[in-house]
Amino acid sequence: MKALTIRNLRKVYPNGIQALKGIDLEVAEGDFFGLLGPNGAGKSTTIGIIASLVIKSSGVVEILGHDLDKNPTAAKMQLGLVPQEFNFNMFEKCIDILTNQAGYYGIPYAKALVRAEYYLKRLGLWSKAYHAARTLSGGLKRRLMIARGLIHDPKVLILDEPTAGVDIELRRTLWAFLQEINAKGVTIILTTHYLEEAESLCKQVAIINHGELIENTTVKHLMSKLHRETLVLDLKEPLASLPVIPGFDFVQKDEVTIEVSFMKETSINQLFAALTPLGVQVLSLRNKTNRLEELFLNLVTDK
Amino acid sequence: MNYLNWIALYTLTRREIVRFFRIWSQTLLPSSVSMVLYFVIFGGLIGPRIGVIDGYRYIEYIAPGLIMMSVINNSFSNVVASFFGTKFQRNIEEMYVAPMASWVILLGFISGGIARGCLVGLIVTIVALFFTKLHVHSVTVIFLVVLLTAMLFSLAGLINAIFSKKFDDISIIPTFILTPLTYLGGVFYSMHMLSPFWKKLSYLNPILYMVNAFRYGMLGVSDVPVQISLLFIGLCSVALYFWTWYLLEKGTAMKN
Repeated sequence: MKALTIRNLRKVYPNGIQALKGIDLEVAEGDFFGLLGPNGAGKSTTIGIIASLVIKSSGVVEILGHDLDKNPTAAKMQLGLVPQEFNFNMFEKCIDILTNQAGYYGIPYAKALVRAEYYLKRLGLWSKAYHAARTLSGGLKRRLMIARGLIHDPKVLILDEPTAGVDIELRRTLWAFLQEINAKGVTIILTTHYLEEAESLCKQVAIINHGELIENTTVKHLMSKLHRETLVLDLKEPLASLPVIPGFDFVQKDEVTIEVSFMKETSINQLFAALTPLGVQVLSLRNKTNRLEELFLNLVTDK
Repeated sequence: MNYLNWIALYTLTRREIVRFFRIWSQTLLPSSVSMVLYFVIFGGLIGPRIGVIDGYRYIEYIAPGLIMMSVINNSFSNVVASFFGTKFQRNIEEMYVAPMASWVILLGFISGGIARGCLVGLIVTIVALFFTKLHVHSVTVIFLVVLLTAMLFSLAGLINAIFSKKFDDISIIPTFILTPLTYLGGVFYSMHMLSPFWKKLSYLNPILYMVNAFRYGMLGVSDVPVQISLLFIGLCSVALYFWTWYLLEKGTAMKN
């Protein structure tokens, strides 16, 4: 059974803007799925419709086989949502936000308290349990949003830009946590602007642009579409001029750092074989991290 | 699935009641202060110059209307403020994402309004006892009118909040409609004191029926037959309930 099935999903806003132009999408159960796209592409509208926050113009949405129109209760029970913007009551205590949300899903208060304690502890928020949400830092608010999305133990969790604006340490912590719950069987659907995030976490990605799905494949397959590789080289000494080696394009980044691009099938050995006679000494090298970004830009620009 | 909805209703009702208790100085206290002023000025200072209305001293005559005024204002303002805040902070999404039926959201919010309206009504009644003797003609009518009125104005507050787009919008109805209707709804005078034109016009004021029905419950006197008042309040409540339910079901001004 598919965790999420979307068929011919369309959305035309009252002002005439066609946000979604008939999207078809399937997400396998247990997947870690990335939904990518530039701003205004239709990602948030898609998520809004799945989460019953936006009224669709036409199409079908099924969550674990439950049609959102025909059996909304069963469909909604399976779904957890972590929106991008903080949307809890800032004046409520963290524990109340969680127990209330659990109550909205029909979980009795005593049971909700136990679950709230578990998630608050698990996400490092227990010491703030009886503090008003407005007193939390941005990172802690983000964790509270995740705890709230999980309080009813959904089988499908949608996260809209979950790490937007959080520091690297917290981002890594959240990644680890999401990977952990995914390993326990929770299907995760993630939108992100950090393509490194999608590359690190997601097994499958779909790219939306101008309300249309322009790509839906595995990250591995997507990466294989990259024809060129880019390495960053840290040099021992500054160069008088950039090396000229056929098949390799060099870009100076600073005095002792250069980038070199070449076709994927080219061996790196050739590069070093050519650099050594020129007296260029390389101290270290690394992959340029925004490879997916490059591909993403190619895709959305092509369309 | 009914079980789910009842827990959700209990949760939302508890949340609403906790909310107004948390900010009790803004929600429970102001009406008591206003009532003290009304009783001192209208009851103590001006009242003796007015004399007797329908066989009761002026302060005794206006007491039911003042209590009802508190119930109306508090039930309305509780729901309009809470629901608009929920919409403004977008935590209404917590409810739309969850499998809560529209009637649960509706009843949860108006339960908070009814609870606050009734509680403030009780507080104001206790305050009134410091200034005048209160009568009880019919306990059933008193409870029925208070409950129905609190429900009606909670529903009105919810509709106001649903259509409000900014904070200014939630003060327009109380300032320009609710307050004038309340003052012209027979709180401070009897319909017999008005000219025929104003008397006829007053019958179009829904608050007149509530104030008079409550006055009947306490004093046994009313400008309008109590059965008509109860029927009117009941029908208005049913109409507003279904309108509010429809708005929530459609997600008016909230979805999209």
